[in-house]
Amino acid sequence: MTMVSDSPAHIGQPHRRQNALRHLAGRGRFVSDLALPRMVHAVFLRSPVAKGRIIALDVAEAVTAPGVLRVFTAAELNPICTPWTGTLDHFARMVSTPQTILSAGEVLWAGQPVAMVIARSRAEAEDACERIILDIAEDDPVVDGAAALAPGARPAASGLDSNLCFGTVLQTDGVDKAFAQAARIVEQEFVFGRHTAVTLEPRAIVADYDPACGQLTVHHGTQTPYQFQDVYARHFGLNDGQVRVIAPDVGGSFGMKLHVYPEEMAVVGASILLGRPVRFLADRMEAFLSDIHARDHKVKARMALDAAGTITAMEVDDLTQIGAFSSYPRTSVVEGNQVIRLMGAPYRMPDYRGRLSVVFQNKVQTSQYRAVGHPIACAVTEALVDRAAEAMSIDPLELRLRNVIADDAYPHRSATGYQFEKLSHQACLAQLRAMMDYGALRAEQDALRARGIHRGIGIATFVEITNPGAAFYGVGGARISAQDGAIVKLTPAGDVHCAISVTEQGQGTETIMAQVVADQLGVSPDRVKVMTGDTDTTPSGGATWACRGAGIGGETALRAGRRLRDQILTIAAGILQMQAGDLALRDGHVVEARSGTEKLSLAEIGRIATYRPDTLPPGTDNSLTAVQHFAPGGYPFDFTNGVQASYVEVDVETGMVTLLKHWVVEDCGRIINPLLVDEQIRGGVVQGLGAALFEECVYDAGGQLTNGSLADYLVPMACEMPDIEIGHVETPTLDTILGAKGVGEAGTAAAGAAAMNAVNDALRPFGARIAQTPMTPMRILRALGHV
Amino acid sequence: MTREIILTVNGEAVREAVEPRLSLADFLRDRLRLTGTHLGCEMGACGACLVLIGGVPVHACLTLAVQVDGDAVETLEGLSERGAIADLQAAFHDRNALQCGYCTPGMMMTAHALLAQNPSPDRAEIRDALSGNFCRCTGYEAIVDAIEATASKRAGQPEAVANLPEAVK
Repeated sequence: MTMVSDSPAHIGQPHRRQNALRHLAGRGRFVSDLALPRMVHAVFLRSPVAKGRIIALDVAEAVTAPGVLRVFTAAELNPICTPWTGTLDHFARMVSTPQTILSAGEVLWAGQPVAMVIARSRAEAEDACERIILDIAEDDPVVDGAAALAPGARPAASGLDSNLCFGTVLQTDGVDKAFAQAARIVEQEFVFGRHTAVTLEPRAIVADYDPACGQLTVHHGTQTPYQFQDVYARHFGLNDGQVRVIAPDVGGSFGMKLHVYPEEMAVVGASILLGRPVRFLADRMEAFLSDIHARDHKVKARMALDAAGTITAMEVDDLTQIGAFSSYPRTSVVEGNQVIRLMGAPYRMPDYRGRLSVVFQNKVQTSQYRAVGHPIACAVTEALVDRAAEAMSIDPLELRLRNVIADDAYPHRSATGYQFEKLSHQACLAQLRAMMDYGALRAEQDALRARGIHRGIGIATFVEITNPGAAFYGVGGARISAQDGAIVKLTPAGDVHCAISVTEQGQGTETIMAQVVADQLGVSPDRVKVMTGDTDTTPSGGATWACRGAGIGGETALRAGRRLRDQILTIAAGILQMQAGDLALRDGHVVEARSGTEKLSLAEIGRIATYRPDTLPPGTDNSLTAVQHFAPGGYPFDFTNGVQASYVEVDVETGMVTLLKHWVVEDCGRIINPLLVDEQIRGGVVQGLGAALFEECVYDAGGQLTNGSLADYLVPMACEMPDIEIGHVETPTLDTILGAKGVGEAGTAAAGAAAMNAVNDALRPFGARIAQTPMTPMRILRALGHV
Repeated sequence: MTREIILTVNGEAVREAVEPRLSLADFLRDRLRLTGTHLGCEMGACGACLVLIGGVPVHACLTLAVQVDGDAVETLEGLSERGAIADLQAAFHDRNALQCGYCTPGMMMTAHALLAQNPSPDRAEIRDALSGNFCRCTGYEAIVDAIEATASKRAGQPEAVANLPEAVK
């Protein structure tokens, strides 16, 4: 009888984040802030060209420059670290060449590290870097992905037979028949630009190797400390136990900080060789040249519909351009793989063919970034739905209602093979229609159009992948944990401490874990101290990516809390000479379950079990620490869903787009903290809008990034962003007790698609259409035929 | 070659010898270990390094330490510890107007200066004032809400609650 403690008191409440207080006081603890005794600074000399061969590298003058301790080239540094190759077994026949820390002859993108200077200050290291003589014989780089696949194209890297990293085709039997019998076929070619994470804190690492005891401690601004513990141990020939990775406050990550980069490996290697702490902080320009970029797709797609407006099939060809190497250890193939598998996901659409070509080029790598693949699949699908609606004179919201999988038709298997447990498209669309007052907004749009004001309404339904199990990486041989772990303990004074493997980057992981644990133990969340981000003090786990923090981490915390609850009740039963089943935990006390009568405080349990275990009945286990790991079972992934709408005004003279308003109705399963969920959605929406309207890594024909600074690369700022109204439908997953599915990617998944549909809706009277992101004023003017 | 500078930082007298090329941001962070001032772009575009010099927000990344000789510099740590922004901090906390926290020092500086200059800004004016502060996490709306709520509270008006979740209203 534990019903009292089973009724959630804090799950579902908008608790504020305790850890926000230190940031508000200027007391954040970022890796960038860390200064260790005898710490030295690393600066990299980078290739100035996109492709070529090093002819001369003379570091003699740098070695003797003021403040310099050491200059490393490939010959000295690379041997300490085994090369890494970004392929996985479950992507059949994928290829990528091995990567080393510093270029050992061939340079493959402008910005690739060639030499590393270690000096007592960063300024001195930068000065010395300028004294290195580097001569490179330039080759013609592979810049355009389509040209890279042409017969006879030179490979982007030596050791490659062709520039195809990975190709696959996914299809149902009936796809050709569906197109042959279609009443209507709509088609479009799309270009989705390269953009990048622009975390406000750039990548930061301090590696601290202690040669006296052979211990490597790496302070690393990352989402995934356990993955890096494993990487550093394996590639530097250490045992797990010799490697500790600490991720303190992280100034934004969004997927970007979970990939292996040469600079991080260099700093670890240098610390091992020098026996002292080595720090590398990327400056903003280095961030643009060396952080992973995202997207960079060219897509051809078509959609078949019957006479009633039912979507019968899609056919899609996606070209994903990934730079010179597939990234490690997650590969650069997951993005494209999710693009072709998420196409048409909200709809009943029975037939499908998706073709994926992942292509090498001489640019910095692209790889997983927030909402991996989702924005592309969503934008393509939803643009085609809007084209079909226009062609068939059906209202776009109505056409979606006709085609989404009905809320009572689950479980459902998509044409691309995904298994959906339960989604809520119909409920979300209905709520969106009411929230945005769709009919009135259409009337307003028509009235303004008559006055020469061109506004557009864009809608985008979406499905989001969350809570991945081992099917994501583990089955392909990647040493990336599919499970998480938590240690929950009652302190001798009756407080609760939770150490958990999921990590915090400001989304509120620690706060929701405190809420979840608090409800299991009948305490207030402010009495639960949560510790994350340290491989020495938390159990091993996958950490925070692919929306797994709440769904997998939360379930881990819940089960750990319940285990500790049972232990506490067993001890209490011994003390009280009652049955554990008649007791429960509430308000910091052991209570009699039926009456709620307080019997013992948690502080008293802690005191007796810790200081007077001799007074417990003989044989009582006095453990007040519980450990629980959890790996998702059931469905291979969870899926969330929702719908977004964008309202824009386009100035058809200048091509400028004003975002007037944005709406999101979203179903992330059980909502643990509505305050944090809403802000995850808003932040995600703005990242999606940034890619849709502003953000692009622009390369010239020589493979040079031409806008790699925050003055030239446009990010969304407060004055350009709309207010974002959010509604919820709550469909918990039945695969877990907690029922949470995750919410990190939802905003980003569909915001750009909604915005593109809105811009095209505004341009409709002119017969103009844009299918390229970012939708810059120049591209809109080109679509209008003005330039 | 160094030069001696004498200034106050958060009300404390400071006397240090600095290289002429040392930025104020590096001086505060590395020399004085006031790490609440952040560096995001080192070219005056992102606003993470804003500090007050004589009460005016200035990019510490574009200012040399030698330039503030004789000045009064205040960082987020200083504003926080003397209680000057307690209501702004509370509003940011209530509204979850920060995630990773890296932009927060600059946001607080801009908000503090805006409200000193314009005690009752509307939402468009708040968004405009924030046009030099990049935040990658929040999407800005919560920050706008928090500043608006602080302005309302200071004006003795009931807090603007339109955008708060039901349960905290």
